[in-house]
Amino acid sequence: MFSYTFQWNQALARLPQMLEGALVTMQVAIMSMVLGILIAIILTGFRLSGNKFLNAVAVTWIEIARNTPALFQIYMAHFGVASFGIHFSPFMSLLIGITFNNAGYLSENFRGALKAIPETQTRSARSLGMPPIMAFRTVVLPQMLRISFLPMTNQMVWAVLMTSLGVTVSMNADLYGVTQDLNALTFRTFELFAIAGVIFYIIVKVINLGARLIAARLFRY
Amino acid sequence: MIEIKDVHKSFATLEVLKGINLTVEKGEVLSVIGGSGSGKSTLLTCINGLEPINSGAILVDGTEVHAKSTDLNKLRRKIGIVFQQFNAFPHLTVLDNVTLAPRKVLGMGKKQAEEIAVQQLENVGLGDKINVYPGRLSGGQQQRMAIARALAMSPEYMLFDEVTSALDPQLVGEVLDTLKMLADDGMTMICVTHEMAFARDVSDRVAFFHQGVMAEIAPSDEFFRAPKHPETQKFLSNIRE
Ligand SMILES: Nc1ncnc2c1ncn2[C@@H]1O[C@H](COP(=O)(O)OP(=O)(O)O)[C@@H](O)[C@H]1O
Ligand SMILES: [Mg+2]
Repeated sequence: MFSYTFQWNQALARLPQMLEGALVTMQVAIMSMVLGILIAIILTGFRLSGNKFLNAVAVTWIEIARNTPALFQIYMAHFGVASFGIHFSPFMSLLIGITFNNAGYLSENFRGALKAIPETQTRSARSLGMPPIMAFRTVVLPQMLRISFLPMTNQMVWAVLMTSLGVTVSMNADLYGVTQDLNALTFRTFELFAIAGVIFYIIVKVINLGARLIAARLFRY
Repeated sequence: MIEIKDVHKSFATLEVLKGINLTVEKGEVLSVIGGSGSGKSTLLTCINGLEPINSGAILVDGTEVHAKSTDLNKLRRKIGIVFQQFNAFPHLTVLDNVTLAPRKVLGMGKKQAEEIAVQQLENVGLGDKINVYPGRLSGGQQQRMAIARALAMSPEYMLFDEVTSALDPQLVGEVLDTLKMLADDGMTMICVTHEMAFARDVSDRVAFFHQGVMAEIAPSDEFFRAPKHPETQKFLSNIRE
């Protein structure tokens, strides 16, 4: 039989440290989402600009983000660019890697959402005297964000889970990094990672619940 | 006054407007009729500068719509347009649909914009729907909201593009009544329409478009009593059958 004896108390004593790590995880995820959404809007603009160069930039970004492992993207943001003498901290590398991934996926979602909004919406707004940017901001963007809301929620969940890949670039401040360090210290492997798993699970559940509440408030039509 | 001078307009190789000449005076109601694809919608979208033209000129109160120096956003404030599809902004309540442009484009305060919007909505019989989202409205109600939305900008001209064509027959009347009310108020209007009774009874003149050409234009009673162009006669007799 197993010779492993569970020692939950010893692991639970580390809970405060792990929760601090969870805060860093949330910080990375939220920052990567905010930046990712902004960049995704810009990439979508590139794709619709009709400019070949800008379109190529956006397509390349989106293709890499969606068709390579997230681990590869984070790795490149750390060790890859280091080959060219660019050194990012583990935190920055993780943030850049996840943001890159978010932007690629979200841009594709935004483009799909835009396609679902009839061209006549913009025409109507322009007919009322709105300049193009105002028409986009007041009429198109709100509808686009509604259509993209569920995919954005999913991406936020992914962003949280992707932070666990930070350990490969020596990130040790986030939940997964903290857990791994504590494991090296105490060898309460199962207990520690089980607690980390439960914390991840709760975070994701809270995100999904929060998203549902926000959606119910924002989208009454 | 809207002056249309020898306007030619093509989509790629397809010439859709083949030299249109037309003047609409202040206070006039003009109905435009004609077969599908004859260029009626295109003409309207050229008048408010949504579509470019290839040659000729369109002047609204002396301002050339397609001149580079023309501020189209400003010009469009005085030209309201309502399309066949309802084009309500689905994410905004009826009230917000109507106040959006006055507030954002004209910089009007919320209170004043809402007062005007409520007035316009009451005029078109939607006073009890102001806090509803357009998705809850019938087609006729959505179309009347679109009219109120355009009127809230206090336009001097109104362009209507088959605003009743997408409606169930029993809803056509309420929208036509709104147009008639507007005409009685002295609004300058160009109405592309398939409603012959409306064209005859409400408009001052009627124009017939055929394959990108304005084949005939006449005072409405004369137009229906004694159409001159053979294509007009054919079109009218087809409709009467
Ligand atoms: N955006 C467009 N691109 C290409 N062709 C168009 C476009 N809009 C209209 N057309 C064509 O121009 C012609 C006139 O269209 P339209 O002005 O909509 O006619 P009507 O309103 O009289 O039915 C049609 O043959 C139509 O297919
Ligand atoms: Mg048409």
